[in-house]
Amino acid sequence: MRRFARLFDALDRTTSTAAKRDAMARYFDEAPAADAAWAAYVLGGGKLKRTASSTELRLALAAETGYADWLIDDCYEQVGDLAETVALMLPEGDEGDADVPLHVWMEARLPSLSRLDGAGRIELLREWWRALPRDQVFLANKLLTGALRVGVSHRLLVQAVAQWSNLPTDLIAHRMSGDWRPGATAFTALAAPERADEHAGERPYPFFLASPLEALPDTLGEVGDWLAEWKWDGIRAQVMRRGDGVLVWSRGEERLDGRFPEIEQAAAALPPGCVLDGEVLAWTANEDHPQLFAALQKRIGKLKPGPKLLADAPVRLMAYDLLEQGGEDLRERPLAERRQRLAALVDGHAPTLMLSPSIDAVDWPGLTAVRGESRTRRTEGLMLKRLDSPYRVGRKRGDWWKWKVDPYTLDAVLIYAQPGHGRRSGLFTDYTFGVWDGDTLVPVAKAYSGLDDKEIDRLDRWIRAHTRERFGPVRSVEAVHVFELAFEAIQVSGRHKSGVAVRFPRILRWRTDKAIHDADTLDALRRLASG
Amino acid sequence: MDGDLLHPRPEGLYCPAGDFFIDPMQPVARAVVTHAHGDHARSGSALYHVADAGLGLMRERLGAGSVLHAHAYGERFVLGDTTVSLHPSGHVLGAAQVRIEGCGKVAVVSGDYKRDPDPTCAPFEPVPCDIFGTESTFGLPIYRWPPMSQVIDELVGWLDDCRTRGVPAVLFCYALGKAQRVLAELVRREPDRVVHLHGAMVRLVEAYREAGVTLSPTVPVSDSAKGRDFAGELIMAPPSAAGSPWMRRFAKASTGFASGWMQVRGARRRRGYDRGFVVSDHADWPGLLQSVTDSQARRVYVTHGDGEALIRHLRDHGVDARPLRSLGTMPDLRTSEEGD
Repeated sequence: MRRFARLFDALDRTTSTAAKRDAMARYFDEAPAADAAWAAYVLGGGKLKRTASSTELRLALAAETGYADWLIDDCYEQVGDLAETVALMLPEGDEGDADVPLHVWMEARLPSLSRLDGAGRIELLREWWRALPRDQVFLANKLLTGALRVGVSHRLLVQAVAQWSNLPTDLIAHRMSGDWRPGATAFTALAAPERADEHAGERPYPFFLASPLEALPDTLGEVGDWLAEWKWDGIRAQVMRRGDGVLVWSRGEERLDGRFPEIEQAAAALPPGCVLDGEVLAWTANEDHPQLFAALQKRIGKLKPGPKLLADAPVRLMAYDLLEQGGEDLRERPLAERRQRLAALVDGHAPTLMLSPSIDAVDWPGLTAVRGESRTRRTEGLMLKRLDSPYRVGRKRGDWWKWKVDPYTLDAVLIYAQPGHGRRSGLFTDYTFGVWDGDTLVPVAKAYSGLDDKEIDRLDRWIRAHTRERFGPVRSVEAVHVFELAFEAIQVSGRHKSGVAVRFPRILRWRTDKAIHDADTLDALRRLASG
Repeated sequence: MDGDLLHPRPEGLYCPAGDFFIDPMQPVARAVVTHAHGDHARSGSALYHVADAGLGLMRERLGAGSVLHAHAYGERFVLGDTTVSLHPSGHVLGAAQVRIEGCGKVAVVSGDYKRDPDPTCAPFEPVPCDIFGTESTFGLPIYRWPPMSQVIDELVGWLDDCRTRGVPAVLFCYALGKAQRVLAELVRREPDRVVHLHGAMVRLVEAYREAGVTLSPTVPVSDSAKGRDFAGELIMAPPSAAGSPWMRRFAKASTGFASGWMQVRGARRRRGYDRGFVVSDHADWPGLLQSVTDSQARRVYVTHGDGEALIRHLRDHGVDARPLRSLGTMPDLRTSEEGD
């Protein structure tokens, strides 16, 4: 793992993406393929099945250092990362000459913990720690507990593999999509020359992602060059009709098979060798709009939905693109042609497979007016797609835009804060906000983003000086500061103390001009949720 | 009780028996100042007692018109009903612990201190006492400083790397103490390297040289012609220069920060520096515990905001430790912006 530790260090020491890409490409060149495969896997965000709990790590640390539990907790609060807390609190280990390769850690060592009981795991962890230098203690713990978070996006990893293999980025993105399994052969195969049947198999096509439209739509040119559709608020999915079966992939490139049997059944009737891109929505028959996202949420969690759930929240695929037909990769063909083929393909499979309707308008003002109906139609706004565009890979600006409606806003009071993690470790950056229910403030939203670094520092200092009570890492603070929050949707919820749940809350601005009595009331939110 | 020797007041830490303040926040009649950092040495008081090793720096900070009484380390002088002496704290040049003998006991206020070797100042001297007032800037066991030789290895490696890549290396660090410590270590490794200094550091670096400390040769950045290429060179600047227009002439620079806070990865990533170098002029966790033991004190008072962990740990281990504010009203001290 020494070589990987050096790579990690190089990645951690620069904020330049070019330098990170070069460092990874160099590593792929030098490292044995078995190690390079695992490095690519974990740098791309892959994780092992967890084999030891955070509690076991803490217990091992307490046993190894003799420090009290509360002191370990205090340190963790300051560091914001358990793997690093352990590395910083332990005495420096003695590596000696033995270097255990990365793939042995990933394939043998870390998985072996699962065959032991709790006490055995703690003993083995301590044994490993004693034989490792600090940077490798940190890495071993990181690999054990979750993602590396070293400023490498999946896209950057793909670019690095492309640079190393001297192949196009889009091809590598496709080869690494889906559940790419690390191994020496699999890694070497990434660099193999392109084949004609490259796209066959179980891997999904890399999703094409839209960018938010920040300018006015008339900057896009002629309205007639664009396809406008509703921006559906569901789950993006790729439905692959391959061989005898159907595969369903999420946008996070996880298999959703079994969760949406209606869609699988309908897709099974399609001719083999076709791939649809679309949105899974919960939609009751005879309704002219989908159910609220919460209905779909119940379906996502259920691997084998029962009859009641299937009846309460039936799903359908609102298909908007066709990536493959008759085993042929259509992605380079223009959207207009793909859509025409898609319309013919799903014809007769409604309502479970439907073509996402196009919205016709003669000019941009007309389209803007239709966009105003988004909320009543339970959509998030409009999608604008250039009719002659190919289906690209990843988030590439220019051809696909999401033109969302403006978010809802509310003014709420900061009532709790807790320390953040990673880059924000040791700072109070996880905030809970409340609105008025009579003369008490009831929590309605948690938000982590929206303030700049200066505001975060200022608020952190204020929180430390104005803490009322501590509940573990959470502090309640004096009700003083009002923030304007934005959110995408609001609905009635029995699971929330306030009785309402807001989606995607984030901070718009710190309203230093407002006093706490200017904050919104729960009544107003309830009316919004039920209306 | 201990309040006859140490009594925190809104103006700062007061010694009733000796009628003087230590590092007062506001102007007072008689002050003993531990070191020249801005949050300890504040102008406006009528009379200052300081260590003579730091006289030049104190003049720089308190103004030429201030009345300074300089004392050699260990020299005893009488203030009110107490006998006072100053002892090296190892923090920066001229930094002192204050020993106060009176009312039948001895109190030592450490000021800021460190236990690691530093070529720019006299090493910390353990002073036995009954009451020990300690800082706790880095009062958690995650803070254990690597040997300076290792940090300088990393620094030199970074400079080599910058030279290879043809980019300037801008190292941010506090202008008093940290900058000179880095220069004093660096000159032993690369005696010929000329370091470029931000204007805020120039006079303080000169004050160290006048005190006889050997440092790398330096030139002010402002002496360089406009458009000069600083590729492969080291530039040192205070943290306040980061992100300022001053940085524009080092557009492609790799940036580093020398501070004890760099021990934690998240702290470095948050600040957005490419490299963090763990160099602190404060005691690390083992240094704090060692100093408490060395003091042989029967009671320990802890200053600085987040000292709760140190106090609780000491109490768990049978030491009578308390927050300094338990003796009176402490001004709201934030962790020092300088000298960490």
